[in-house]
Amino acid sequence: MSNKVIKKLANKIRLDLLKMIFNSKSSHIASCLSIVDLLAVLYGKKIIKFNPNKPYLSDRDIFILSKGHAAAALYAVLANVGYFSKRKLLEYGSDNSNFMAHASHKVPGVEFSTGSLGHGLPIACGLAVAKKRKKLSNYIYVINSDGEMAEGSNWEAILFASHHKLDNLILIIDYNKLQSFDSVENTLGIEPMKDKFLSFGWNVYEIDGHNYKSIEQVLLTCKSSKGKPKCIIANTLKGKGISFMENKVEWHYKNPNKIEFDQAVKELIL
Amino acid sequence: MRRTFINHLTELAKENKNIFLLVGDVGYNVVEKFKNYFPDRFLNVGVAEQNMTSIAAGLASEGYHVFTYSIANFPTFRCAEQIRNDVDYHNLPVTVVSVGGGVGYGNLGYSHHAIQDYGLMRMMPNFKIASPGDLNEVKSVLNYLTKNPQPSYLRLGINNEHKYTVNKKNIIPGKWYPLSLNKGHENVVLSTGTSLKWVMNNIERFKNKDIFTLPIWGMSEKKKQRSIASKFSSIITVEDHLYDCGFGSWLIESLQISGTNRKIQSLALPIETTNMVSSEENILKKMKTYN
Repeated sequence: MSNKVIKKLANKIRLDLLKMIFNSKSSHIASCLSIVDLLAVLYGKKIIKFNPNKPYLSDRDIFILSKGHAAAALYAVLANVGYFSKRKLLEYGSDNSNFMAHASHKVPGVEFSTGSLGHGLPIACGLAVAKKRKKLSNYIYVINSDGEMAEGSNWEAILFASHHKLDNLILIIDYNKLQSFDSVENTLGIEPMKDKFLSFGWNVYEIDGHNYKSIEQVLLTCKSSKGKPKCIIANTLKGKGISFMENKVEWHYKNPNKIEFDQAVKELIL
Repeated sequence: MRRTFINHLTELAKENKNIFLLVGDVGYNVVEKFKNYFPDRFLNVGVAEQNMTSIAAGLASEGYHVFTYSIANFPTFRCAEQIRNDVDYHNLPVTVVSVGGGVGYGNLGYSHHAIQDYGLMRMMPNFKIASPGDLNEVKSVLNYLTKNPQPSYLRLGINNEHKYTVNKKNIIPGKWYPLSLNKGHENVVLSTGTSLKWVMNNIERFKNKDIFTLPIWGMSEKKKQRSIASKFSSIITVEDHLYDCGFGSWLIESLQISGTNRKIQSLALPIETTNMVSSEENILKKMKTYN
């Protein structure tokens, strides 16, 4: 799939999640938008080994969205790569639907339910150990948010992964620099993040999280390097793709009204 | 109990290749046997119980039956949300093992008193609570859990190396098991966990009463209790746990759900014991009757 096609896929995902969040009057649209390009490359370029017709095949890579509040982005990408019909996305956030507003393992292709932060990476450590003990060559991918790195359980897992040389584990941090209330810097500064991971014994890469070529290249590098777990610090823009939502704290929670929705659709269709 | 647990788990793991043991940096001079037999199915994850529990969920989702092993409240309260979200909600075969259930580590202080753990684990819809009363029940519940891998809590006493009960081949969750000394009385004592030792040490208090144990229980076993309880005139529950949210209150809730009003007394630890630092024997002297 060329980067032109990936761009189209990313745009479809953005439009889908915008409609889902607008219809359900739910939150976290900006948190979804910042990871769309990462997801588009992971799934669109088939960096992740998956088969939508056989979602639970044992020889598959595993993806965990630890920042479960960005579920709309994950459901949208899964629909676009064929796990289920795009019509199902209309259920998002409605009563009695499996498509709940935090990632749900009841949706095909979603491996683990998340929503409470700091769970995905420790689970991924268990999966990575299991794959190694069973001599399977699959990879485990996790996307964490930057604010999520304040959860202590992550650091337990970061210690564990390097001690056990879990080189089949690839952590992507969606570093959009904003959390729910304020900037990361003003809340609980994480810098120097790269040095922290290096000192914990990880391989660390910094990229532009919206540049398809960089995303693909770094993921391929991560897959080929051996001996250490890998962390990709993806510099992203919260709300990416919808101008008035970009880099604005309030769009962590805010739901677009009809005028805002129409304007956002216009921007995405252009 | 912990040595019986490890020895039996090691025996079972020779046949059952899915059994995986995680320890939270405890078990010195106890867990080595399992580690030496099965280095590929053992990990000391370090002093990190949240991570241990989520790792267990990850391993379990790849087909292992994972045992997480630690002391007192560390494998339960410290990682309560990991138990709730990662294990219970995904209905994964993880058995949380706590050594020192009750006040077995009495002199070590409140941090080591597991006297609210039933309350926590009772709230997990998919969890079975396995609380063996003696060494025979340790083996029986392990046989059940390894044949039926599921979210489960195994609560082991630290000072109980007795055999009061008979061997049970195929233990059934929710079922009460009589001691062989029973005479067919209508008034009964129902003990769960290592408090059976306290019952046997105070057997003169329970003249003209039969003694039963309930080794496996939990939220899913409530419905069975009505028909069992209806056979008896009075029931005294016994537990080395606070009365609130404990075993006795579980039984009362179970019978209320089914509309049965039966005379139940509960022997349990009162709130005052949360400030006690003393031997297990001394703390259990404070056992109080709740009507």
